Amino acid sequence: MSTRRWLAIAEWRIINNESWMERIISVQVENKAGVLARVAGLFSARGYNIESLSVAPTLDPTVSMITIVTQGDDRLIEQIIKQLNKVIEVLKVVDLTESNFLDRETALIKIHTRPEHRDEAIRIADIFRAKIVDSSPTTYTIEVTGDVDKVEALINLLKPLGIKEIVRTGRVAIAREAAKIPTRREAQAAKA
Amino acid sequence: MAEGYAKATGRAGVVLVTSGPGMTNIVTGLADAYMDSVPLVAFTGQVSTNLIGNDAFQEADNIGISRPCTKHNVLVKDVGELARTIKEAFYIATTGRPGPVLVDIPKDVSTDKADFKYPEKVNLRGYNPTYEGNKYQIKQAAEEIKKARRPVIYAGGGAVFSDAASEIRELAEIAQVPVTMTLMGLGSFPGTHALCMGMLGMHGGYWSNMAMHHADLLIAIGARFDDRVTGKLSDFCPEAKVVHVDIDPTSIKKNVHAHIPIVGDVKAVLKQLNVYLRAMDGNQSDLKELRRPWREQIEEWKRTHPLRYEQGDKVTKPQFVIDRVFEMTHHEGIVVTDVGQHQMWAAQYYKGSKPRTFITSGGLGTMGFGLPAALGAQKAYPDKLVLCITSEGSFQMNLQELATAAIYKLPVKVVLIHNNFHGMVRQWQDLFYEGRYASSQLGNVPDFVKLAEAYGLLGLSASKPAEVEPVIREGLKHRGPVLMDFHVDPFENCYPMIPAGGAHHEMLLEDPPELRNADRGALAKKKDKDKVEEGEGVLPA
Ligand SMILES: Cc1cc2nc3c(=O)[nH]c(=O)nc-3n(C[C@H](O)[C@H](O)[C@H](O)COP(=O)(O)OP(=O)(O)OC[C@H]3O[C@@H](n4cnc5c(N)ncnc54)[C@H](O)[C@@H]3O)c2cc1C
Ligand SMILES: Cc1ncc(C[n+]2csc(CCOP(=O)(O)OP(=O)(O)O)c2C)c(N)n1
Repeated sequence: MSTRRWLAIAEWRIINNESWMERIISVQVENKAGVLARVAGLFSARGYNIESLSVAPTLDPTVSMITIVTQGDDRLIEQIIKQLNKVIEVLKVVDLTESNFLDRETALIKIHTRPEHRDEAIRIADIFRAKIVDSSPTTYTIEVTGDVDKVEALINLLKPLGIKEIVRTGRVAIAREAAKIPTRREAQAAKA
Repeated sequence: MAEGYAKATGRAGVVLVTSGPGMTNIVTGLADAYMDSVPLVAFTGQVSTNLIGNDAFQEADNIGISRPCTKHNVLVKDVGELARTIKEAFYIATTGRPGPVLVDIPKDVSTDKADFKYPEKVNLRGYNPTYEGNKYQIKQAAEEIKKARRPVIYAGGGAVFSDAASEIRELAEIAQVPVTMTLMGLGSFPGTHALCMGMLGMHGGYWSNMAMHHADLLIAIGARFDDRVTGKLSDFCPEAKVVHVDIDPTSIKKNVHAHIPIVGDVKAVLKQLNVYLRAMDGNQSDLKELRRPWREQIEEWKRTHPLRYEQGDKVTKPQFVIDRVFEMTHHEGIVVTDVGQHQMWAAQYYKGSKPRTFITSGGLGTMGFGLPAALGAQKAYPDKLVLCITSEGSFQMNLQELATAAIYKLPVKVVLIHNNFHGMVRQWQDLFYEGRYASSQLGNVPDFVKLAEAYGLLGLSASKPAEVEPVIREGLKHRGPVLMDFHVDPFENCYPMIPAGGAHHEMLLEDPPELRNADRGALAKKKDKDKVEEGEGVLPA
């Protein structure tokens, strides 16, 4: 589906549907060739959008973890999760949005540094506990890790200095142990 | 062919093709099998492992191409993995919700050697279909069934696949619930049973669709609420609670909300349900009494709006041919259809009582399915009568298989409903596109009798109503494969019909007056003239 059409549908759903929200789904799969294609194909074939996706091995080398960030209402997400479960090589699917979780992403941001901007860049990086991991006479590359808000805030502050290139890992997430903080759904419900 | 074999037997059909074009040729069949949950294992050839990805001769990305239309697929890179992979392929294809599995075997793997070790057991940690339903849910369902005044059983393909005919019959009889079936569910309940309502949906009976619309409880058994069945979703079964039994959780609540979802195998769940129903207090005659008004209402609908056609003595009606074929074979053959009007008439007039005796392409609606599938069914049951009900459009998509019939001496009886049109398309053009017969006239079709003879089959033809029965009689008597060519009314339409997007009670029951009065022959001729002028090709006079 074209992005525009997707957006139109997404917008309509957001306006008309209270349960429409961002979801983070973690999917444990067999660490085998072709599994990622099946999982991703399942999204594209049904017009579900993937906002970010990351894949990496787990403690068990035969198992990989795919973390998918998507959007949907309860019905759509129920269907996505059922469809994921149906894939033979999928071992476990968890909608982290239903629990308390931590999510992180790492970004590498390459900025132009005119001499008069170099101090400013270091200061901004410091505030965000980001590191300068590479430098050249005209650029710095800054590494930052955090939740999406933090990464985006840093990017926004760096924009005026001139961003040359950004790469982001996409988000990974993990359930918190025994936290008393409300889940996002509860928070959303409380707001409404 | 493999699909016909699998649909007739429930065992996995096997496909073996070469790499590249061999594999791309089976894509339609895989997609068809995937939609209709047909167990297949397809073995495809692949170029040698060291050449994969090199644009080698007759290379295709078999795994990539087949991924969206298979339940599972695997590339075998090591001959040591072959035995295990094949075992798993058959296991996956035939268990849970059945479906096609593709095993891609590179040239070097197929010629390599290994010690043969066929595993006893399959161990797939990510695959574990649920067969037994949740007992609490089943009990809830039993309570609802007991209470309902206007219940309907809606049985689908899952009822056929799980061989649950006797359980459904028991459920219907102890709970006194009328049964309607999807196109794929036909045969799961006897067509002649007093509680049988036949098919529902777009071309289902008036009474079964009306029963759906007024039901207060819908018991969906192995059916997936396809749009051909539900019509307009917002107006679907507006008064009914829904019990939904399905082995595939993705089928449940996909299109229609289920009040009581039960994930499990139809047979296992119904066995349990029947135990609960029998154990409940209240007796059979009370239930019969409670349901009497509902049964009477359905009978009334049936009486006032039966299936009908008017057979005069000049032009043969297609329904007449199909009706006569079924009557003369006592509804006992294995019926295989193609796709179109003839398929719908076959479904409407079919009253068979055994599962797996109505074989058709439902989900994908693949024209050309009929003949090869009939051959597959015949191969599985060489001594049974296999009828292939088809029409010129569909038939010509795979008619080369007549050679297979002749070579393997498969005595399939082909019933060709010859109406000079892609009838189903013409019907839509008449009803919704002002009779613009764009590309729906078939024009130069071959002489089917000669064609049959050319392949070594017996060819028969009937152009008048009086010839229909003698031709059927002669065709059935013949021991080898036969093609019977029935020339029928080209303008007959299939009713009832729920127009796309309509609700169950919004059926068209006959040609609207403007269509009845239109000179469609002239329209068709005019279209021919246009074609000549456009240089597109010509209809014979
Ligand atoms: C021209 C044309 C017109 C059509 N018109 C109609 C029409 O008027 N009426 C109609 O009904 N159809 C019609 N169809 C067919 C329609 O498109 C669908 O194929 C059909 O309705 C689907 O049937 P089903 O719901 O039984 O599902 P199926 O495709 O048979 O699916 C079976 C369901 O059962 C489940 N299942 C499988 N095994 C088990 C098991 N062991 N236990 C429990 N569950 C199981 C599966 O998960 C699945 O959900 C038409 C098709 C064509 C081509
Ligand atoms: C491969 C394929 N192409 C196109 C269609 C669309 N289609 C559905 S029914 C139909 C006409 C069928 O004509 P015919 O086989 O002559 O049967 P009739 O309706 O005349 O009984 C067509 C073209 C299809 N289902 N399958």
